[in-house]
Amino acid sequence: MPLLAVNDLRTYFHTRNGVHRAVDGVSFALEKGETVGIVGESGSGKSVTCYSIMGLVPQPPGRIESGTAMFDGIDLLRCPPRVARSIRGRRLAMIFQDPMTSLNPYLRISEQLIEPLIIHEKISKAAALRRGQEMLEAVGINDAAKRLHHYPHEFSGGMRQRVMIATALITRPELLIADEPTTALDVTVQAQILELIRRLQREFGMAVIFITHDLGVVSGLCDRVLVMYAGRIVESGDVRTIFYQPRHPYTRALQRSIPSTQPKGAELFTIPGLPPDLSRLPAGCAFAPRCESATDLCRRQDPALRELAPGHATACLRVQAGEI
Amino acid sequence: MSDPILELKNVKTHFPVHRGLVFRRQVGTVKAVDGVSLAVQQGEVLGLVGESGCGKSTLARTILQLVPATEGTIVLAGRNLTAASAAEVKASRRALQMVFQDPYASLNPRMTVFAALAEPMLVHKICARAEVAGRVAELMKKVGLAPRFMKKYPHEFSGGQRQRIAVARALALQPKVIIADEPVSALDVSVQAQILNLLAQLVREMDLSLIFIAHDLSVVKHISDRIAVMYLGKIVELGRAADVIERPRHPYTRALVSAIPTPDPDAERARHRIVLAGDPPSPLNPPAGCAFHPRCRYAEEKCKAAVPPLERIADGREVACIRVEEIAGGGTA
Repeated sequence: MPLLAVNDLRTYFHTRNGVHRAVDGVSFALEKGETVGIVGESGSGKSVTCYSIMGLVPQPPGRIESGTAMFDGIDLLRCPPRVARSIRGRRLAMIFQDPMTSLNPYLRISEQLIEPLIIHEKISKAAALRRGQEMLEAVGINDAAKRLHHYPHEFSGGMRQRVMIATALITRPELLIADEPTTALDVTVQAQILELIRRLQREFGMAVIFITHDLGVVSGLCDRVLVMYAGRIVESGDVRTIFYQPRHPYTRALQRSIPSTQPKGAELFTIPGLPPDLSRLPAGCAFAPRCESATDLCRRQDPALRELAPGHATACLRVQAGEI
Repeated sequence: MSDPILELKNVKTHFPVHRGLVFRRQVGTVKAVDGVSLAVQQGEVLGLVGESGCGKSTLARTILQLVPATEGTIVLAGRNLTAASAAEVKASRRALQMVFQDPYASLNPRMTVFAALAEPMLVHKICARAEVAGRVAELMKKVGLAPRFMKKYPHEFSGGQRQRIAVARALALQPKVIIADEPVSALDVSVQAQILNLLAQLVREMDLSLIFIAHDLSVVKHISDRIAVMYLGKIVELGRAADVIERPRHPYTRALVSAIPTPDPDAERARHRIVLAGDPPSPLNPPAGCAFHPRCRYAEEKCKAAVPPLERIADGREVACIRVEEIAGGGTA
């Protein structure tokens, strides 16, 4: 049984301008200890997918229209709030892009670090502080005994991200969801944080969902990759398949537009047009208006995500028909 | 070689740090830019890279005279900006324009595209009022926007389109040099490529010089002729783009290059990465000698003694490392 199985998740936002289909029928599964990357541009629904699992979608305007998210046999979307709370923050943790806005500036690191322990494990404050100090040491913060009592503003960006990782991992979760945790950091600091996530994953044996728009980060870190476009998964497969034999035209176009994969001075490949407005999605395939291989059928019929080979699925009618 | 269009000599931008409300006293100096010398040729793209806090944005602002230089000279097309009067500086701004990182913040939400593009032309009186509309339409076409959107406001455009408007505004005065500070960092990959193509095309067509500031080395390599790497207010390596990225010589450049993740799973897993320990030091209290020595794997006692000068090495590039010849070879490893 997979650790997490998301099936047909639909999260819509009901706004004055209509229904915004942020996540529109997403299904995937994650095994224990596995690392899955979710890539896509802004607005593709990668963050909202994870927010839905974590119960962080503001309702209203958001609403989870359908779907299940089975975590170890419990449906996180339908179970009683008390049960969900006992899982989220303990067995399931999340870290965010901006460590400055996700740590409370008024509280010392110690308070924020041990809060999950006090809530979930009901241990004494002294014992929790000892664990907090160990955790800070584990994420590579020197002089942890003293640093424990500092405020977030006393840390640099990279150090704050380490603190946030420590806060998320202090309960030894089985699954960590990382939402662009290195996007706000310099490349050298990014390399440190990625190394840290890799090491902690080995030590704790946890599974990771890594959300990013940076294909380079995914290539080194993830076992499997889900590519999202306009609220759906358009291609999924193991990392080598996605990078070396991508089939969906969007995945291929995305890779071709990275500067480092193109010769110097050459015109960069660009995807024409813009991502669609999620409250006015076109009929048929959402990528069709920007796709160089689209046919009339693509503009009429919705493509389903189908397996081409074991573990490699794509949602493109023309690929499925063997035409491209 | 002809005279450079823009030349910086030993430019320093220092900010005093004060403490105390009643007995205010200076307790230190942030040396944001600390002795930068550079020359940019007409039609050249110079990439400027470094981590946050290395002084690359302050250098851009100093060149534009948005913050005064503490020391040194900045010569634009033969005119020394650091010694110029306010009127002369204003006049030279025509030749020197800037594009900022965030197109959501750099455009006035209450000005239409037309107003944003017409304003610089009217301020600098570069054409008769009657000609302005025609010129605005021309500019919009140049950056790939339909002139019929002239009366729209910034919020009606996507991020990429807004960045096109910001580029058009920079071009309104027919400048000779454009400084673009992280112009694609806030954009998605597919849109980023569109803006990079646009900038490259404009440089070619209008014989512009471009100073392209970014922290993403693959983007910088793609667009630049030469690259300057900054660390703590100083240039530590300067050379042809391909040399600097493919065969970096300064230990800091090597670490920086090795930290870029590549979109190739096998190569990414196989390669040896130099993970720098710690954060960049504070410019308020920089280490003695070479500022990089506390994080440098090649540092020796002598590196702590004196600030290494930026010196030309055999292949023509300049490197500020006294051990550069001793540690040669080994690529990025």
